Amino acid sequence: MNGIIFLLMLIGAFFMFVAAIGILRMPDLFMRVSAATKASTLGASSLLLAAAVYFNDYGITSRIVAIIAFIVMTAPVAAHMLGRAAYISQVPLWEGTVCDDLKGRYDVAGRILKNPEQAAEAEGKDDVAPAAEDPAQEK
Amino acid sequence: MNLQKLVFIFILPVLSTAMLLALLRLVRGPSLPDRVVALDLMATLVIGIVSAYAVATGQSAYLDVAITLALIAFLGTVAFAYYIQRGESK
Repeated sequence: MNGIIFLLMLIGAFFMFVAAIGILRMPDLFMRVSAATKASTLGASSLLLAAAVYFNDYGITSRIVAIIAFIVMTAPVAAHMLGRAAYISQVPLWEGTVCDDLKGRYDVAGRILKNPEQAAEAEGKDDVAPAAEDPAQEK
Repeated sequence: MNLQKLVFIFILPVLSTAMLLALLRLVRGPSLPDRVVALDLMATLVIGIVSAYAVATGQSAYLDVAITLALIAFLGTVAFAYYIQRGESK
């Protein structure tokens, strides 16, 4: 039993360390968000699971399952909100970025999270056609 | 060598080193969202450290700290994201 606990804790510590290295070494904010969120979610879940196996009690296990579910539900939401806010406040992308699919789709100057057609509709100008699918997206 | 000593020797130093690396990004981060990402990672790291410390000491009451911190960290990140999106000047 101790072996299982220690293995889970080693996995968790490894992924936490990978997340920290990723947030330090990645060249771009969006890569940092991606690396830190996914790896740290897995690491914290594994460490909490190790605690659940160690204590071996119904109350503690249900509490830990609740924490893990909460982390798994909220970490992607927080990362997405942060990435969207960073994009709208024009955080520079890495100079080696090959593709920016959101370019021109948001009203960056007005800090509004709508594409130009939606912003025009919101202002009462209904003559703008709805946005067609970008043909460049299909490779 | 029992589990408690192994946790103190192997797990907690690795997590502390990860915390130092995240702190380095918090200090160095060129933009405000970088620092917010570093803070979010540090909160998740503290959840991991608290659960490892609960195993190392055998005190299950430390897990309540993990619950509270998970809630507060999410709220803090969302508030920072709202603040960044709205902009400083207006």
